[in-house]
Amino acid sequence: MSQRVVIAGGTVVDPVAGKAAPGDVLIENDQLVGVFSPGAGGAESDTVMDASGLLVLPGLVDMHVHLREPGYEYKETIATGVAAALAGGFTSLACMANTDPVNDSAAVTQFILERARVAGGARVYPIGALSAGMKGERLAEIGEMYRAGIVAVSDDGRPVMDAGLMRRALEYTSMFGLPIIVHEEDGHLAAGGVMNEGVTALRLGLHGIPAAAEEVMMARDIALTDLTGGRLHVAHVSTAGSVALLRDAKARGLAVTAEVTPHHLFLTEEAVAGYGTNAKMAPPLRNARDVEALRAALADGTIDALATDHAPHHHDEKEVEFENAANGVVGLETALPLALRLVADGVLDLPALVARMTVGPARILGLPAGTLSPGAPADLTLVDPERRWRVEARTFRSKGRNTPFEGWEMAGRAVAVLVGGRLVYDDRPGTAAALRSAAS
Amino acid sequence: MSANGTRQVMDAVGIHRALVRIAHEILEHNKGTEHLALVGIRSRGVYLAQRIRKAIDEIETGGSIPFGVVDITLYRDDLDRGLQTPVVHGTDIPFAVEGKRILLVDDVLFTGRTIRAAMDALVDFGRPQSIQLAVLVDRGHRELPIRADYVGKNIPTSRREQVQVRLAESDGVDEVVIEG
Amino acid sequence: MAFTQRHLLGLEGVPAAEITSILDTAASFKEISERDIKKVPALRGKTVINLFYESSTRTRTSFEIAAKRLSADTVNISASTSSASKGETLADTARNLEAMRPDAIVVRHPASGACHLLARHVSCPILNAGDGCHEHPTQALLDLLTIREHLGRLEGLTVAIVGDILHSRVARSNLHALRALGSTVRLVGPPTLVPRDLAAFGAELHTELAAGVRDADVVMMLRIQRERQGANFFPTLDEYSQYFCLTEEAVRLAKPQVIILHPGPLNRGLEIASAVADGPYSVIMDQVTNGVAVRMALLYLLVARSKGEESGETAAEMIGDAEPVRRRTGGRA
Repeated sequence: MSQRVVIAGGTVVDPVAGKAAPGDVLIENDQLVGVFSPGAGGAESDTVMDASGLLVLPGLVDMHVHLREPGYEYKETIATGVAAALAGGFTSLACMANTDPVNDSAAVTQFILERARVAGGARVYPIGALSAGMKGERLAEIGEMYRAGIVAVSDDGRPVMDAGLMRRALEYTSMFGLPIIVHEEDGHLAAGGVMNEGVTALRLGLHGIPAAAEEVMMARDIALTDLTGGRLHVAHVSTAGSVALLRDAKARGLAVTAEVTPHHLFLTEEAVAGYGTNAKMAPPLRNARDVEALRAALADGTIDALATDHAPHHHDEKEVEFENAANGVVGLETALPLALRLVADGVLDLPALVARMTVGPARILGLPAGTLSPGAPADLTLVDPERRWRVEARTFRSKGRNTPFEGWEMAGRAVAVLVGGRLVYDDRPGTAAALRSAAS
Repeated sequence: MSANGTRQVMDAVGIHRALVRIAHEILEHNKGTEHLALVGIRSRGVYLAQRIRKAIDEIETGGSIPFGVVDITLYRDDLDRGLQTPVVHGTDIPFAVEGKRILLVDDVLFTGRTIRAAMDALVDFGRPQSIQLAVLVDRGHRELPIRADYVGKNIPTSRREQVQVRLAESDGVDEVVIEG
Repeated sequence: MAFTQRHLLGLEGVPAAEITSILDTAASFKEISERDIKKVPALRGKTVINLFYESSTRTRTSFEIAAKRLSADTVNISASTSSASKGETLADTARNLEAMRPDAIVVRHPASGACHLLARHVSCPILNAGDGCHEHPTQALLDLLTIREHLGRLEGLTVAIVGDILHSRVARSNLHALRALGSTVRLVGPPTLVPRDLAAFGAELHTELAAGVRDADVVMMLRIQRERQGANFFPTLDEYSQYFCLTEEAVRLAKPQVIILHPGPLNRGLEIASAVADGPYSVIMDQVTNGVAVRMALLYLLVARSKGEESGETAAEMIGDAEPVRRRTGGRA
């Protein structure tokens, strides 16, 4: 017997059509039936979910997270990562291969998928390593991992210095249509660097990583994409120069896409002043000029996706000398309100923003997510844009507390999340308990 | 007594007379200026010591008496109790302390702690034959077994009151007042 | 002006008046080291820990003598004997030291920002004795005291700092303090060691030694580290020396009364000619003497201040002879 739920009274944001308008979303079992004008979608037998005052979005997609399992369960597990994702409004996640063991085999890919199935909630899509052991020497068994379910290939965190290997990887993966996600950083230029090269690094006496370290690698990989006809996806773009390279590559019709993180859109190298290790990440925080270029690129579509690079670490790995601190910050539970701030700041409109967090990354990875098309999986995120809250890392569902946004006053957060038609996260006042029981 | 509770207990003439009398007493007690040295405690003790030296010079001809300055900041016993902005101006003892009859000069003798600190500072420079103490005002309330050898004026006070010595060199006027 | 710093982590952002008050205090302390009994009881009963993760006989000894002349008890912990070799984190070390209730910790550490990390974990003042490539504030202060003694002022002087600016904590501290006090600072060296971004700190950048030292009032030479040649900052020490060694010929381009400083230890014949190091304009030994006075002043100011904060009582209540507040503070403020 089919179960129909109508999500009524909200503002429906359709990133494909580029529209945000009042409407009802009708779900039947685990699929979307479609979007109707207010009051037109329901029938008497339907369960009604009141979305008054809420935004109704396709479930958000984060194409770049580190779930740390297997191997680093003290930092995060697939279960805690998924819980954090749902609290942040994400229904689909692509997780990076730098686990222990590295996800360079079908066995590890299957393990991750099995752990994700047990955890339930969000959909987890593994990314396989490009090279065996992420050593940058020889190709991993990409074809076997492809059969097991990987959606992209990446040595994220370990830039591929060997141009020959990168060339072969681009050629080989084109057989599967898999994108290669690249962490662009020239190891020689970045050697010893722990933050952006520039005035702040000089002031703090920390070794810098120049913007050119990212740009020379990106230029190389764009040329290799041109050479091979492969698909290149540039992770966490951080510099204005990279944006220019991307724009040029896209204008030339190359299959190059890119993502940017919330922290690179909101913070500059000055966040490192005082040696706060939660401002340490790779690539490093850059300058205001870079932030402006990244924002403009996100707005005009040069950058296709907003991705968190959620990188949980244990407190002990961050409470050390800056140069010895682990790279990375958590992002799943702060990305959405920060993104909404971009809309409030007039950087881009709401449908465009939602596109960068849904259909944009979903298309890159070929995921059945991010749209409101009839027949699509019923993954939805309901957002209260007025909800005011303050970031307190100790309340995170993630095991990682390493956020650079501690204490920030936020407006907006996900209050209900449906995955495959099931209400898997509910933080709406009042109605919460009733609906939680109805859904289970 | 003025409207704000300030009462003058010595004026310029009174201060001058007291210092001249102290100069005479010093000479009488020490039978001249031999081995005598004056040391003022920063900052008003220094001005008073200079005035006493001038008065002695006017009474007794002969070479000027050696003169030094002691800053007791580094010898206080109340560092733990919080001087919020310690300012050190330095001690300057340009003569050999060894064998001298040191005449320590300060403006007000109260608990005795300043004098104790000044004596500690002095003995770090050597072993004087003796240390004597001259003060312009003794207001009582001692916390240490210290007494002055030469006193300009004894002024009984309550603990709450404040005795202020104002000198032309630092304050533009010579007077001693009690506040509170 | 009041001294308001809780720690001495660096000189960046410390107001000129506070730097001056440190120098004044240090100048008044020099006399103590000339006495027969080189000791005052100011920090009697206080414990100063010297926590050194890099060997530095010179700086550690200077701090130890400074603390002892103020009657503080000193404990030296060097990396080889501390728990560092057993893998204890700096934060854990800080918690352990804190539990022993020190009154000040002097820290030398190879990582920039290590003092900031320690300061977050202890309640007593931290004195930075050099952290990575960040700052070495006591070295800069002793340099400033030395310059002021010889030339009578800091404002309006032209100071050339020559050598590996990029990696030099001494250069950074001097740059901040000299700029705050109104000196013109020239940074001289190959572009690999004098990055262009340094201009943002208000310094003049020079790649030619002659232009850098011409008409300078002060020339401050930095020690060149041998390991830089392997990292391609310059081809060889020999070539570096040909371009940036301070010779008598180069000194003649500076003002006639120029003084030459060097934080030591010297690489004679490499960054500084022996004839210059030993010449009449060299004030290197004065720097060493002033180092003790500057460190005494800082220990005194920081420990006294931290105690004042803890007591929560006002200065007026605290003056031993509790009468006239103005007697102590009036006329000096």
